[in-house]
Amino acid sequence: MSRESGRHGDGRRTPVLQLDKVVKEYDGDPPLRILHGIDLTVHQGELVAVVGPSGSGKSTLLSLVGTLDRPTSGRVHLDGHDLTDLNDRQIAALRASSIGFVFQQFFLLPGLTTVDNVATGLLYTGESARRRHERAVRALREVGLAHRLDHRPDQLSGGEKQRVAIARALVGRPALLLADEPTGALDSASGQGVVDLLLHLNAQGTTVMVITHDRDLAASFPRQIGVQDGRVAFDLHGDTRTAAVPRSAQGGPG
Amino acid sequence: MTQHLPRPARLRLPDLLRIGLIGPRTRRLRSALSALGIALGIAAVVAITGISASSQAHLLDRLDRLGSNLISVSPGENYGGEKVPLPKEAVSMLGNIAPVEQVSATAETKANVYRSDFVPPNQTNSLRVLSARLDLLKTLRGELSSGRWLDKGTQRLPVVVLGDTAARRLGVTAPGTKVWLSGRSLPGGWYGVIGILRANELVPEIDDSVLVGAPQAVAELGGDRTPSTVYVRTHPDRVRDVQDVAAATANPARPSVVAVSRPSDLLKARSETDTALTGLVLSLAGVALLVGGVGIANTMVVGVMERRGEVGLCRALGARRGQITLQFLIEAVLLGLFGGLAGAALGVVAVYGYAGVKDWPATVPMAWVAAGPAVAVLVGTVAGLYPALRAARMSPTGALRSA
Repeated sequence: MSRESGRHGDGRRTPVLQLDKVVKEYDGDPPLRILHGIDLTVHQGELVAVVGPSGSGKSTLLSLVGTLDRPTSGRVHLDGHDLTDLNDRQIAALRASSIGFVFQQFFLLPGLTTVDNVATGLLYTGESARRRHERAVRALREVGLAHRLDHRPDQLSGGEKQRVAIARALVGRPALLLADEPTGALDSASGQGVVDLLLHLNAQGTTVMVITHDRDLAASFPRQIGVQDGRVAFDLHGDTRTAAVPRSAQGGPG
Repeated sequence: MTQHLPRPARLRLPDLLRIGLIGPRTRRLRSALSALGIALGIAAVVAITGISASSQAHLLDRLDRLGSNLISVSPGENYGGEKVPLPKEAVSMLGNIAPVEQVSATAETKANVYRSDFVPPNQTNSLRVLSARLDLLKTLRGELSSGRWLDKGTQRLPVVVLGDTAARRLGVTAPGTKVWLSGRSLPGGWYGVIGILRANELVPEIDDSVLVGAPQAVAELGGDRTPSTVYVRTHPDRVRDVQDVAAATANPARPSVVAVSRPSDLLKARSETDTALTGLVLSLAGVALLVGGVGIANTMVVGVMERRGEVGLCRALGARRGQITLQFLIEAVLLGLFGGLAGAALGVVAVYGYAGVKDWPATVPMAWVAAGPAVAVLVGTVAGLYPALRAARMSPTGALRSA
């Protein structure tokens, strides 16, 4: 498989994520088709919101983008690798190094301190414990929680928990930060704080993809991809904040 | 632009241990309870083997003190199943064998013992009244728990010395009490208790006997003149030799109807029987261990269902299926290990406690103390395998969404 990314000839940005006619079906009689041929490209440095009502297929899209699941047909490229060519072991290693997940329910490990929780973000990359700790401290400083290193999850507010989760996603410098309803479990003030943090991280170069059903939240991001009934309904580049996002090769209303 | 594919990384042992401890640390009570099952199994094994070893050590200890060089010679049975009495001369003949150091004997009487003359004659408490030679106590290395042994004066008087069991069955706790001795053709009479013997493991037949001086027994109680049992103390290295010639010496005319035995052999055989019982109890402990393993498996299965989110998170962070298996397996192994260590400690404490109460030398079976935790780890591994594989098989997306 040739690296199709070469086609995007503007030279400034490379695609981090590329979905090519991705179809996902679940076994059943008849098989349940969730995604009907999704084409999607996200370039380095982009901040994208995938928005859609529940049942639209955005969670399935999340697990495909996050390499937690494989498409029934079509191809997914992540960070220059075609996942079709990789075995489960290699995909797990790629996931460990290239994707940072943020979840609605945070999923912090209850028995561990903040800094240890962030360090688990590097657990499967083969880094030494000391190095993991150092990088975890740095990541926590970056999300503004330098004063909370030794707290445990139950001593943190919801907003702080999500910041810890973001630090964990960030600590390995992933090619793509993938956030699933990151403000879903937060009040509006801490939710706004998390959005601001994501915008800030994006401004510093992190590629961020947020999946949400909240259109208002999606509106605060420069690019919005609407998913409806397993298809891309719209792809808006209504950007005001970051530098101009190049038109991607695949179509969509701009 | 195209990045090199990252190399799949292994989990280091310290990391693995740290992850494995998350479960037990955050679910302390439940983990402790499931480890408790294993602990009880191991504790039972260690305690039972330890107590039985202590009891055996105690027995051998006693045996050393009582001496394994005692031989008892008693009448055997002829082809008709009747007892053939030993000749009167048997005692002095046996005493003449060169390596024999001491010899003594008991003889039967026609009397039975009763607490008082109101007790019906058939309630004999299964006790025997024997006549004893004065050197019996010394030959048997018997000890008095209270009172005195017979002497030249008292062997002609209506006095008795009670064996340990006899004293208990008659309810006699101290010398000075009187007991009633009578028989079918005897007038009956009161006999004063002058001494009570300590239990003697080597010759338990003395424990349930009531001993009267030989002259008194012959005169008043219809005592036999022929010995019922001759006790022979030999030189410690010549026991076998004496055993070989004892029958022919005791009854030269009919050596085949003489029963010769070495009580210490019986004692050893009895301690071996105890070991067989121990085997039974050990297999019960094995069942306890199995139940403990099922407990761990149960805790883990429930735990895996509860921790779907954690499993999904680890997968999202880049864990492979194999690593998830390993994480949960190590948790089960650690539970087993803790249970095993706690159980071994508990067992050792039990052995020391029991031996202390019984005044035995505490013998801790080191092999079991070491094997206990190892077995527990094995049980933990087997118990954890299914839940661990189940966790690994979980779909990460399903795990993340349903948590």
